[in-house]
Amino acid sequence: MTATTEVGTRRASLRRWGGLALAAVLWWALYLVNEPFWDWLIGSVFGLDLASRLGSGVHFFFFDSVKIVLLLAGIIFLVTVARSFMSVERTRALLGGKREGVGNVLAASLGVVTPFCSCSAVPAFIGFVASGIPLGVTMSFLIASPLVNEVAIALLLGLFGIGPTLLYVAAGLVIAMLAGFVIGRLKLEGWVEPFVFETRLRGQVIDSTAGLTWDDRIQMGIEEVGAILRKIWPYLLVGIGLGAAIHGWAPEDFFATYAGADNPFAVLIAVLLGVPLYSNAAGILPLVDALYAKGMPMGTLLAFMMATVALSLPEMILLRRVLKPRLIATFAGITAIGIIAVGYLFNAVL
Amino acid sequence: MNIKILGSGCANCQNLEKAARQAVEELGLEATFEKVTDYADIASYGIMRTPGLVVDEEVVLSGRVPTAGQVKELLTAR
Repeated sequence: MTATTEVGTRRASLRRWGGLALAAVLWWALYLVNEPFWDWLIGSVFGLDLASRLGSGVHFFFFDSVKIVLLLAGIIFLVTVARSFMSVERTRALLGGKREGVGNVLAASLGVVTPFCSCSAVPAFIGFVASGIPLGVTMSFLIASPLVNEVAIALLLGLFGIGPTLLYVAAGLVIAMLAGFVIGRLKLEGWVEPFVFETRLRGQVIDSTAGLTWDDRIQMGIEEVGAILRKIWPYLLVGIGLGAAIHGWAPEDFFATYAGADNPFAVLIAVLLGVPLYSNAAGILPLVDALYAKGMPMGTLLAFMMATVALSLPEMILLRRVLKPRLIATFAGITAIGIIAVGYLFNAVL
Repeated sequence: MNIKILGSGCANCQNLEKAARQAVEELGLEATFEKVTDYADIASYGIMRTPGLVVDEEVVLSGRVPTAGQVKELLTAR
């Protein structure tokens, strides 16, 4: 390497890491001034009483919107950059030759760390099954991937702290492992469209994230933040709006009375409501936050959120290309039962 | 040169095609473009993340949308 290119690379890396450090400082500053700023603007400038219904609702709306967008941007960026060191191809290679059981545990864990979007669920399903990975192990991966997602982790961490976040991740992993294992034991290969097994994989596999530079990975992180925020902002606004309404207007203890831990049907109803409700974690968590403040138990709320994000109609319609309706129903049913069980368990132990 | 864009018609596939067409034009190459939207065909190339770019039956990229400049590098590296 000549001296001039060396200086060039050093300058490029200084610009890259310096830019990141600056962005981190700016992020932190915004996060810190967020609450005092809205206190001042709504309380002093507009003169609303922050303890009143209107004042606390309006404050909740603006404060939460900014806080959630900041959290999302930060965590999606970090997760995308970290995940760019993994790929679906590497995950499949790691799962190759693993027996059921061990395979399910590994598949669920890899489902969390592999960069994956449900729009690729079908080619990934074919790629896994056609290369000999058992159906149940493949399902563990496909269940874990949307169930334990970075948007939910970001928001739980910011709104409820590390405890509920870890519970959520652990619960999602266990559900994905067990649901995949049960599907494998039931021997449902006959309910997969036959062409999947007949697909011959040719050509050499190329790793979708191999050979990326740091600049590529950072660029991917920035693009992913933009793409996700563009996709979820309507859900986010509706979620925060509903949250603000509940926050300001629902009577104290309303939900504790009607949907508290002592109501045996609360979790069941929450999951049944959550399955057809098509939203994502960004729309659900502001609602969860407000409901929690009004006395609804965490187990019921986590079950509600998981049912909403894990079982979505669009993904099931996509999967119909490779799975027969009976298998889709079985997969949705087993996953829903798992989520309900987790809800009751958390309500009992928390 | 035969270029195939693998993907089920999502926004990413259209962006990939745009980048590929621009790259071909800037390099002054002769190329035919084909879209592969059938899932079984896509998967048979070994691709598990759409979109995918196949040049003369060889997968050169999958799972992300490159810039036209990156496609140019891929095409000239062959």
